[in-house]
Formats: sequence, C-alpha cells, structure tokens
Amino acid sequence: MSEKQFEPNIVAFLCNWCTFTAADLAGTSRLIYPSNVKIIRMMCSGMVDPKYVLKSFLEGADGVFIGGCWPGDCHYINGNMKARRRVALMHEVLERFGIERDRLWLRWVAASEGNAFADTVTAMTGRLKELGPCRVSREAVA
Amino acid sequence: MGQYTAIQTEGHINQAIADVLGKLLDKGVVSAVLVPCQQPHRKAVMQTLVRDPEALAHIDPFAPVVPTNSARLVATLTHHNDAPVAAVVRSCEVRAFLELVKLHQGCADNLLIIGIDCYGRYENKDYFALAAHQEDLTTRFLMSMASGAGGSDGVVLGAPLANACRMCEYPVAEPVDIRLCAIGTDVTQQVWFEWVSEKGLRAMETLALPSQEQGPQARESAIAKLRKERMAHRDAELAAFRSKTDTMTGLADVVAACINCYNCRVACPACYCKECVFVTDTFRHDGEQVMRWAFHRGHLKMPTDTVFFHVTRMLHMSTLCVGCGQCSSACPNDIPVMELFRSVAERTQARFAYVPGSLLTRKTAAGGVSR
Ligand code: SF4
Ligand code: SF4
Ligand code: FES
Repeated sequence: MSEKQFEPNIVAFLCNWCTFTAADLAGTSRLIYPSNVKIIRMMCSGMVDPKYVLKSFLEGADGVFIGGCWPGDCHYINGNMKARRRVALMHEVLERFGIERDRLWLRWVAASEGNAFADTVTAMTGRLKELGPCRVSREAVA
Repeated sequence: MGQYTAIQTEGHINQAIADVLGKLLDKGVVSAVLVPCQQPHRKAVMQTLVRDPEALAHIDPFAPVVPTNSARLVATLTHHNDAPVAAVVRSCEVRAFLELVKLHQGCADNLLIIGIDCYGRYENKDYFALAAHQEDLTTRFLMSMASGAGGSDGVVLGAPLANACRMCEYPVAEPVDIRLCAIGTDVTQQVWFEWVSEKGLRAMETLALPSQEQGPQARESAIAKLRKERMAHRDAELAAFRSKTDTMTGLADVVAACINCYNCRVACPACYCKECVFVTDTFRHDGEQVMRWAFHRGHLKMPTDTVFFHVTRMLHMSTLCVGCGQCSSACPNDIPVMELFRSVAERTQARFAYVPGSLLTRKTAAGGVSR
C-alpha cells in the first residue's frame, strides 16, 4: 500500500502532580512511546474544562487523553472525581454526534508510573489508528 | 393521600379559581400569589404577583400560553424573602424551579406551589392571533382539548400547539403542594383542587373547604391517554431528529442559521450560570485571531463558535433540561433547539439516572447536594 499511514493527533491534558510527572519519568527512563501525543500540563485533571476537550476536537484532534491522579490521591481532594463525571458527560454528548467514546480517554497514572504512561499512549495511538481520522468536518468548526 | 375539592365554575373558571386564591390571601396562608393574569394590552397573559385580592379579577392561569418559563421568576421571588407566597405554575415550570432550588438560586421553604394541569401552550404569536378574535379563549381551549383536539396533528382551534408540549410526558404538575385539575372534568361546571402535600392539606384545613378522597372520575384515564399520545409523538420526533444529527456535520447543518444571539439560553430556565462564558472576553476574539483561523482553514463562518456554544450548553445543562421548549420559541431563526437539547438530554439524564425536577432530597446531576 502506497497510502501514507494515518497518524492520529492526540491532545493530552495531564495533571502536574501525577501523569505529567509520569510522562517526564518515561522520558528520563528513555522509554519509547508514539510522538502522536501533544501534552498540555494542567494543575489537576479537575481543571480540564469540557470546553478544552471540545475545542480540541473542533480544531482537528483525533483523540483527547486526560491523565489524573488515582482516586484518593488528587492534590485538590476530588478534582479527579469531577473529571470522571465530566468525561462521562462528554462521552454521552460527543457520541450523540458521532465522536466515538474511544476518542476520549481518562486514565489514572501516578507519578511513579512512567511505564503506564508510555503504555497508555501506545495503546491509545493504536486504537485511534483503528478508528481512523476523527470525522469532525471543517464546517462544524464554526 | 391527597384530598380533592370540587369548585363550581358556572361557566366562569377564572372567577371560581380567584375565589379560592382570594381566601388564601384573606386567611393569611400566603401574603401574595404569583399567577398568570390578563394584561391590559394586547391580551397578553403574564405572571403577576398579586397582593390585593381585588386584582385576582384578572387571573387566567389556564390560558394556553407561557410567555416565559416562570422558574426564574419564582426563584427570584423566593430568594431572600421569608414571606409565604404561592405560585401558580405548570409542570415544566415546577420542575425547572426545583432544579434552581438545588442550585441555591431559589428556595421552596415558604412557597406554596400550585401546579396546574397543562394541555400544552401555543407559541406567543399564535396565541395573540387567536386571543384577538376569541372570547374566553381559555375555556374554549380547555373544552376542545377535553374532546380530544390536537391528538393527531397538534392543531387546536386552528392553530398548532408548541411542539415541546406535544412531546411532554408531564401534563400533570409534580411535585406540588396543591394541584389545579382541569383534565378529566368539564370546566364549564367544575374545576378541582387537589391538596397534595402536607403544606397543601394544611391550606385546605385553614380554608375550611369540604373535601373528599375521590377526584374527578374521568381524570386518570384522560391523563393516561394524553401521556400515551405525547410519548408516541416524542419518540417519533426524537428518532427522526437523531437520525439527521448523528454526526457533527449534521449538527452543524441544524444550527447553520444560528446567529449566536443566545436568546435560547436566556430563555432557558435550566441555564443557571449568572454570567455565560460565551459573553465574556474569552469569546471576544481579536481580529488577528479571527484572521488566523480563516488563514488556517481557508474560510471562516461568522459569527464563529456556534457549534462550540451549543455543545458547551449541552454539557452544562442538558442533565437539567425539562423540555419546556422556551429555547425554540425564543429563536429568531426557527432552529429546533428543544429537539436538539432533548435528544441529548435523554442520553445524559439516563447516564446519571437523573430526572430533573425530582424531589429536593435528590442530588443534582452535577453532584451538588440539596438540603
Ligand atoms: S434547553 Fe430548551 S427545552 Fe430544555 S429546559 Fe432549556 S429552554 Fe427548556
Ligand atoms: S436563539 Fe436561535 S439563533 Fe439565537 S443563539 Fe439560540 S439557536 Fe442560535
Ligand atoms: S491533583 Fe492530580 S488529578 Fe487532581
């Protein structure tokens, strides 16, 4: 096949205290993971406004990954539980308009879990390759 | 169990109801009543806060028009106000109000909620056109609904009912203190008061009205029939609407003529934010930014952020949508906002097993705890 392989665009909103640190650890440990992910550091997964996720999809993201602390470990008491509730809401609304659930991932990755971070990004990239490009058309952006 | 009192109307339903509301004021059960009243101009019927029993001469609670969902009016009335008041409202208004209470924007403690049966409403302009030519439109409307008008095509006395009402599964207001029953009774003869809650029953005792355990005979079956028709219509409408909007492109098509006036969210009783983010600086883009988008995409529809606005509003309040249809009524460009929001709300409300308007002891979908 001569067609260029589809490389998904993943926007990742990572909590500074856990998943972002895990990404750092993955790097310093020389772990290899797909370069499809573009990381945005947040102070807490509970700070990820649904608008950020929506805007990402409207601007051409194929997937969005939110990384937070394990339940009970959030530095702001329960930001991660709020993130979980919002993701459930977003799954319902986005899927209503044809954006599959598997394009929005929420995962708990602790600061020490560099491996888990690399694995998650690898798995998500693979899954998005199966799904193909997100069909949000340019017309829908406005 | 509730108690019922039949009130003889002798052809004058408003006067019969006014007598009872007047007693609520006279006996000090409440110090004011919020009730739809005929206004001196254009036959408009607006919620009016009545303090003087004389003014009850103008009430018209069953007028088939809802100029605005009263939830926010009742919320305003009960916020920082300890005086007992009664509010005469419909099902969609009660349910939206209770959501505002859960969000601490209103208070039900000193409120006597009088829910009226609802056969549906007209759009405002249709109501004005009809009311201009018909004497006692309210009674004629109730009579023709009781005889089964509007069941198939939604047209009553020559004008269509609001689609939201044709899709509404709640013709009877719930939860309320007192219910004003018009379904299943001949309103030229009688209307019925149902004393539902503790508060309602206390009011009944204070008014020393005779009561019985039986309501109007034909009521249960009439309500069941109405609900069945409406739910069938709802399912058909939502199925058709879902199939044309199952992609973002389909959504963009439906809101293509939207001018971002935000009338829909101003009219929405469930849009609870004090300041909508879409009117803040976040969305007051610089020319340079707009140019960058146009450059990046090749073209840019303006105003921008239309799909962004609608989907964000869904994320904010679809769990609270009561299906009142005020959004569609307020839209200058006939965008089916209600159908859009109900088609999302059915999913989000199911996900959280949440029924907006459910009793105050339940948590809100957003996780806020009530009382
Ligand atoms: S979204 Fe529309 S139908 Fe739903 S509560 Fe708001 S105004 Fe009523
Ligand atoms: S009222 Fe209609 S035109 Fe105005 S923002 Fe809502 S959908 Fe758009
Ligand atoms: S601090 Fe990490 S999720 Fe809240």
